[in-house]
Amino acid sequence: MTDHSETAVLGNEAAPLPKHSASEIAEEELIEGSSLWKDAWSRLKKNKLAVASLVIFLLICVFCVVGPFLVPYDSQEQDLFLGATGPSAEHWFGTDTLGRDLLVRTMEGGRISLMVGLVATVVSLAIGVIYGATAGYLGGKVDAAMMRFVDLLYALPFTIFVILLMVAFGRSMWLMFVAIGCVEWLSMARIVRSGVLGLKKQEFVEAAVSLGYSHKRIILRHLIPNVLGPVIVIATLTVPAVMLLEAFLSFLGLGVQPPNASWGVLINEGQQNMEIFPWLLMFPAFFFALTLFCLNFLGDGLRDALDPKSAKD
Amino acid sequence: MAKFITLRFLQGILVLLGIYAVTFFLVAATPGSPFSSERAIQPEILAQIEAFYGYDKPTSERFIVSLGNILHGDFGPSAVYANRSVTDIIAESFPVSLKLGSISLAIALLLGIPAGILAAVKKNTWLDYVPMSTAMAGICLPTFVMGPLLALVFGLIFAVLPVAGWFGPEFVVLPSATLGLYYAAYFARLTRGGMLEMLNQDWVRTARAKGVPERTIVWKHCLKGGLIPAITFLGPALAGIISGSFVVETIFQVPGLGQWFVKGALNRDDFLILGLTVLFASLIVLMNLLVDIAQVALNPRLKYD
Repeated sequence: MTDHSETAVLGNEAAPLPKHSASEIAEEELIEGSSLWKDAWSRLKKNKLAVASLVIFLLICVFCVVGPFLVPYDSQEQDLFLGATGPSAEHWFGTDTLGRDLLVRTMEGGRISLMVGLVATVVSLAIGVIYGATAGYLGGKVDAAMMRFVDLLYALPFTIFVILLMVAFGRSMWLMFVAIGCVEWLSMARIVRSGVLGLKKQEFVEAAVSLGYSHKRIILRHLIPNVLGPVIVIATLTVPAVMLLEAFLSFLGLGVQPPNASWGVLINEGQQNMEIFPWLLMFPAFFFALTLFCLNFLGDGLRDALDPKSAKD
Repeated sequence: MAKFITLRFLQGILVLLGIYAVTFFLVAATPGSPFSSERAIQPEILAQIEAFYGYDKPTSERFIVSLGNILHGDFGPSAVYANRSVTDIIAESFPVSLKLGSISLAIALLLGIPAGILAAVKKNTWLDYVPMSTAMAGICLPTFVMGPLLALVFGLIFAVLPVAGWFGPEFVVLPSATLGLYYAAYFARLTRGGMLEMLNQDWVRTARAKGVPERTIVWKHCLKGGLIPAITFLGPALAGIISGSFVVETIFQVPGLGQWFVKGALNRDDFLILGLTVLFASLIVLMNLLVDIAQVALNPRLKYD
């Protein structure tokens, strides 16, 4: 894991800078200026696809979060006399079979989908990082046993369990966060473990050990900050995976429950009526696919930016 | 090798037992009962029904009894569909799902792997960009978006393929394309990555310097190692195709097992859920076992890890 050694140097900043003349200091600043994160940012900026994805993704976020305040309709306000109408000047995205404005429903659906994506990713991040860092740090037989457990979990039909969990314990949104988070932490744990395995032989960890720091402190303060690069990449790629799982559950009627709507719920409603009212499927599906597209490209771009080795491909 | 296979096989059986136990107690812990219905049932009759299905016994005893039955290949009666056994339902619907699943997997492999190899060999040309951006688009169009879209385009706008039912070969096309294309995209990306890693090795440069033809380098030296990521993904792909079938069978009204699983879960049909979970899990565990063996066969170093 030599590609992480660059990060390791960052954790070692305590060493005082040698004294230099003014011009040399200016040069020093220039060199120091290209830290891992600045390097990564400049590499990311060159990747037009990733930047475009970032911009579009941020626009979608604004659209979903701010949008509902600007539209003069409520997402649950029905107009049964109106029924389903196509896109028009009053209702830009048309209305659904109950006469609800699809534009505001798409915005609020996106808000729920994005929130699920974010919260469940945080859950999976917490589990995966702690588990992976512990396994990698302790090493040996403990590591082997912990990783074998992850391998076993990888082999399980998880969607089946998530479905059963949702049926067993009611369809609450919080349960869904936990259920999805508990499923998606595995790759995170693997990545963090391999990063920590490479890092723990570095001198700064040896120094921390010889200073008598506790295992907990070394893991939390010295190792985890140094694997943040790959963790961010995986987290960016976990968000779309989580959103996919949520939409899958909602599509089957097991996720977000009406009258609340996520994109998955809207896509399900849309596909039931697509022969007559195709716009009900088109708009939510478009925004959902576009969001996944952006997040995946952004994740790929970040991987190339933060892991220069793979960027050479 | 024999020792490795035996070990993994035993491990697979343990995993299956674990899955069974977790599913059983999860279902048993669910509030409500499969026999509650909207009509009020007289308590004596309810007691008889419960006795018939063995629900009058404590959970732990039921666990042992049902485990014994399943080991004998008896999945029990359906708790919701009277007079039908879970084995009947499986016997009736499994062939449908098997056909749908295997055609989808074939589409995924036959489309994804060649596309990935081509993209890796012709890196940074349009033969790389076009298939890879298509693959990226495919990954962002999950089954429940792709399915309705394909149905809309080929079933309703062009009206060339049927969008619902399961009566002849033309009914297989849209459901299996929906499932297969999504995983084809994954296989393409994984194969490209694996092949590129191989093609960037130092020994490939050496081989090129010695004048080994590019054809030999790709097919004889790199293919074996380059396929490993794709092969590793076979297990998750099968699991995904199974859960994807829940969606696809709903969209295209295919009478397969996926629909039964969703129905069983929503109706709290305990025996049906358990039976199907065991079946799905066995398939996935078996696939993972085959993948493990294939991996060691392709890369003997793995055995010693």
